Amino acid sequence: MKFLEEGLVKVGAKAADAEDAIKQAGVLLADAETVEDVYIDAMVQSFQENGPYFVLAPHIAIPHARPEDGVKEASVSLLQLKDPITFGHSSNDPVQLIFGLGASSSEEHVDLLKKLTVLLNKEENVNQLRTAASYRDIKTIIETGEGK
Amino acid sequence: MKVLSVCGLGQGTSLILKMNVEQALSEKGIRADVEHMDVSSASSMSADYIITSNELAEGLEGHSAKLIIVNNYFDMDEINQAIDEHIAKA
Repeated sequence: MKFLEEGLVKVGAKAADAEDAIKQAGVLLADAETVEDVYIDAMVQSFQENGPYFVLAPHIAIPHARPEDGVKEASVSLLQLKDPITFGHSSNDPVQLIFGLGASSSEEHVDLLKKLTVLLNKEENVNQLRTAASYRDIKTIIETGEGK
Repeated sequence: MKVLSVCGLGQGTSLILKMNVEQALSEKGIRADVEHMDVSSASSMSADYIITSNELAEGLEGHSAKLIIVNNYFDMDEINQAIDEHIAKA
């Protein structure tokens, strides 16, 4: 499983709209070879069909598709936007942190989501992730956030 | 008591919600079976409560279970409050 490792995180990114941001978060997964390219299209398709429900909290979106849509390994990427964008969510817009989720059907999937939940349950961590200027900053937040 | 946490695909976000709902329920001493699934599976499943986002609640209107809306899946205060308001302590 791969959780926010260096190649899976992009800081200060720019996105034209929600679909563009979802694609970029998916490309991070595909480049790390944890998902196949078709999974990126499935992530966008899920957004088109089901709407922005995966904007789970203020500033935070977790786009994903199904394990059978081309996941090779349970994984989480992060696209941190320089300028937040609108996803069309009724209460959690605008979005600045897009966590691309390579959803697997393995136990590792549950472990990954637990790690992500522990990290994001603390508002302080979310605020730090929004203002992080480098991967090194992000890594520190993840390490201290998990330790707390 | 049976509780469903529901999202669009039943894979990711509903599992995150399930984790936080289970934690909140156990801290309150409420015994419940929490299952996560997608909207269409939830539609045909009986339960006492369904917890989901405002975005997906529309698709579940008319369900016999009581609907509970959570806007911020990572805000334990909001989840605790929603449970206090809707689920009576056993």
